[in-house]
Amino acid sequence: MLRVEDVTVRFEGKPALDGVSLDVADGEVVTVLGPSGSGKSTLLRVVTGLQRPDSGRVLLDGRDLDGVPPHRRGIGLVFQDQALFPHRDVWGNVVFGLRMRGVLSEEIEARGREVLALVGLRGFERRSVATLSGGEQQRVALARALAPEPRVLLLDEPLGSLDRRLRDRLLEDLSRIFEELGVTALYVTHDQAEAFALGDRVAVMREGRVVQVGTPDELWAAPVDDDVARFLGLGNVRDGRVVRPEAVAVRRAADGERGAGVVERVTRHGPAVRLVVRLDDGSTLEAALAAVDHPAVGDRVSVEIDPKGIVPL
Amino acid sequence: MPLGFLLLFFVYPLAAIVQRGLSTGGEGSSLDVLEDPITREVVWFTVWQAAASTLLTIAVSLPVAYVLGRYDFPGRSLVRALVVVPFVLPTVVVALAFLAILPAGLDRGWAPILIAHTFFNVAVVVRIVGTFWAGLDRRVSEAAATLGAGPARRAREVTAPLLAPSLAAAAAIVFLFSFTSFGVVLILGGPGYATIEAEIYNQAVRLFDLRAAAVLSLVQLLCVGLAVLVTMRLEARLGVSSGFRPERDVLSKPRTAGEKALVAGSLGGLALFLGLPLLVLVERSLAVGGGHGFGAYRALAHPTSAFLATPWEAVVNSLVYASLATLIAVVVGGLAAFAVASSGGPRFLDWLLMLPLGASAVMLGFGFVIAFDTPPIDFRSSRWIIPAVQALVAIPFVVRIVVPTLRAIDERQREAAALLGASPGRVRREIDFPIVGRALAVAAGFAFAISLGEFGATVFLARPDNPTLPVAIFRFLGRPGELNAAEAYALAVVLMTVTAISILLVDRIRVRRGGWF
Repeated sequence: MLRVEDVTVRFEGKPALDGVSLDVADGEVVTVLGPSGSGKSTLLRVVTGLQRPDSGRVLLDGRDLDGVPPHRRGIGLVFQDQALFPHRDVWGNVVFGLRMRGVLSEEIEARGREVLALVGLRGFERRSVATLSGGEQQRVALARALAPEPRVLLLDEPLGSLDRRLRDRLLEDLSRIFEELGVTALYVTHDQAEAFALGDRVAVMREGRVVQVGTPDELWAAPVDDDVARFLGLGNVRDGRVVRPEAVAVRRAADGERGAGVVERVTRHGPAVRLVVRLDDGSTLEAALAAVDHPAVGDRVSVEIDPKGIVPL
Repeated sequence: MPLGFLLLFFVYPLAAIVQRGLSTGGEGSSLDVLEDPITREVVWFTVWQAAASTLLTIAVSLPVAYVLGRYDFPGRSLVRALVVVPFVLPTVVVALAFLAILPAGLDRGWAPILIAHTFFNVAVVVRIVGTFWAGLDRRVSEAAATLGAGPARRAREVTAPLLAPSLAAAAAIVFLFSFTSFGVVLILGGPGYATIEAEIYNQAVRLFDLRAAAVLSLVQLLCVGLAVLVTMRLEARLGVSSGFRPERDVLSKPRTAGEKALVAGSLGGLALFLGLPLLVLVERSLAVGGGHGFGAYRALAHPTSAFLATPWEAVVNSLVYASLATLIAVVVGGLAAFAVASSGGPRFLDWLLMLPLGASAVMLGFGFVIAFDTPPIDFRSSRWIIPAVQALVAIPFVVRIVVPTLRAIDERQREAAALLGASPGRVRREIDFPIVGRALAVAAGFAFAISLGEFGATVFLARPDNPTLPVAIFRFLGRPGELNAAEAYALAVVLMTVTAISILLVDRIRVRRGGWF
C-alpha cells in the first residue's frame, strides 16, 4: 500500500538516505530500526512530504506522491517530542486534523471523544497541553495523529523521551491500539525491544541504507552481517558465524583441567547472567547462563558450544 | 544608589513639574490647558500618528522578520546587526535625511513623520519578532501540515497565534517610541503637526508658558506610564511561551527560486529603505555650490553665527558628554540591573527604571530646567547636568540589556561551579562577571550611541557656548543659507558615523539572543 522506491536524499552532498526501498502492506506495522544518524527520521520526512527526495519516489495505493504537499497526503505523523500546539488545549489539539478536513461538528465531537477514550485520556479535554506529563503528551500526540484516520500512520521514536516504565506501558497500549484499529504504520526507533515488540516486520537501517528487512524471527534467525547481529544484541561473531550466547555453556575448570579461558566480566540481566570469557587465543566469547550459581570473575573456565546455536551469516 | 540617583534626577524634576503645573494660578487654570482645543488636537495627533506609525512599521518589517526567522543565508547575522543602526541614529540625523530625500511639499507634515518613525523602529520589530520566529518549533507547523492544514491555514491557525505575543510586545514598544517622538516631529512636522512632546517644547521655549508645558508634561507622563505598564506585561509573556528550539533546528537555507527571490527581495527592499536616506544625506553634505567637495566639512572648524562655538567644538563636547553619560549609565544601570534581577528585587524599581525610557526626554529636560535653577539645588550651570540627563535617558536601555542576561544565567551553572570547588566569591568571578561583563560592554555601546544622539532633553540644557552635535545641527537648520544647511548635513554625517561605529563594535560582542536588541 505504501511503497518507498529507491529514495535518495543528500544534505550538503552527503547522502542521508541512499537508495532506500521499503513496502508497507495494508494493516501492517513495519518498524525501522537503526542507530541515530542512520536516516530513519529523514525517511519519515520524505514519506510525509516534509522533505523532498533528490531522487526516487513514494507511492500510496499506487499513486505517485511527488508534488503532493504534506497537507493533502492523508499521512499522519507522531513526532519524536510531540510538537503539540502549545496555544490549544488537549481537545483543540486532538480535533485539529478533523477541522482541517471540514468534518461536520457532530462528527468531530464524536470522533474526538472516541480517540481520547482510545488513548486513555477521557476527561482531559480542557487541560492545557503544557500541564501534561510526558506520557500524557505523547498520548495526545497519538490521538491527534489518529483522529483524522490517516491511510498510514508514521511514528518517529514516539517513546524516545520517556522513562523505562512509562515506555513499557505505552508500548503495550500502542500494540493494543494498532491491533484494534488495524493501523498501517511505519514506526521508527533505535530500540531493538520496541522494534521487535511492535513490528510485523523490521527494517534495519544503517548509514542511509536498509540493510535487512524481515519478520523479527527471520532477523533473529539469520542476521545478514555481523553489524546487524551486534545491533540485535547477538553478541558473538566468530569467523563469519554468529554464536548465540545461550548456546555457550561455561563451567568452572576442574582441578588439573586446562580450561579454555578466564572470566572477565559478569553482569546479571534479570533471570540470566551474562559472562564475558577471555579465551586463551585472546578473543572474547559471551555466554548467557540461566543459573544462580555461576563462575566468578577471574575463574578459569572450560567452554562448550551447542552447534544448534551457531548461525552462518 | 540607583534609587538615589533616580530620586534626585528623575523623581525630583518630575515633582517640580507637578508642582508647577498644579500650583500657579490655582486649579481652574490647569484645567484650562486641558480644555484648550489645541491641546486636544495635539493629544489626538500624538495618538493616531503613533498608532499609524506602529502599523506601518509592522507592515514594512514583517517580511524581513519572516526571512530572518526562517532562513539561514550568508550575512544573516550582519543583517541583524545592521538593522539596529537606524534605531540608534540620532533623531535629528534621520529627520535631516528625510528632509533631504523627500520632494518639496511632501517633506513636511504627517507623512514624513510616519515614514521616519518606521525607519527608526524597523529594528524593534525585526529583532523581536524575527528572533522569536527563529525560536518557534518548525515541527509544530509541520504537524499541522500532516493533519491537513494548507499554508494559509497554518499561518492563521498556528503561526499567527504563536507569534502574537512577540508582535504585541514589539508593537507596544514601537507605539511608545512613536508616541514620545520629538526631534523627528519638530523638524519634519512643520506647522500644525505637533506631538505632546513637541508641544511641551513649544510652550516652554517658544511661548514661555511654563504652566501649559507642565500640564502637558503630566498628560504625557500619564500616557507613557500606562504604555510602559502594557509593554512590560506583554514583554513578560514573551518569556513563558513553550516549545522553543535552537535556531539551527529551525532555520533552513533558501532552496527554490521562489525562496531565494523572497529573501533577496525583502532584504533588498529594506536595504533601499534604510540605506537610501543616509546615502542622500552624505551626498548633500558634499554638495557645495554646483559641484561636490569637502567645503562644508572644512567650514566646521570656523566660528558660525548659529551658536557661540565652532562646530568642531560641538563634536568634542558631544564625545565628552556621551562618555561621561555612558559611565554614569553603566554604573547606575548595572547596579539597578543586579537589584532588579536578584530574586528579592523590588518590582517597582523595574517599573521605575523603565519610565525614563518613554518618560520623554523633553519632559526630563524641562524638569531639569525648572527643578535645578533655583535653590536648594542650583545645578544648571554645572557641566555635569547634560551627562546626567543623557545618562537618565540611557539607563533604561542598560537595564533592559543586562537584566535578561543576569536572569538567563542558569542556577545549575553556579551549582556546577560550586560542586567543582568554587567558593561563592569565585563563582561570581568565574561565572557571573564574565557573562555580565559582556552584556555591560554591549550596554555601554548603546548608552554611548543614545547619549550621542540625545536631543530632546539636551536641547533644553545646552547653552549657546557648549552645544552638542544634535543641538548644533538643529541650530544650523534654523538658519537660512546654503552653507548652514551644508554644515548641518556634514555634522549629521559625522554624528551618524560615530554612532554607527559604536553600535557595530558592540554587536560583535553580543552574547545572548532574546531581549530587545
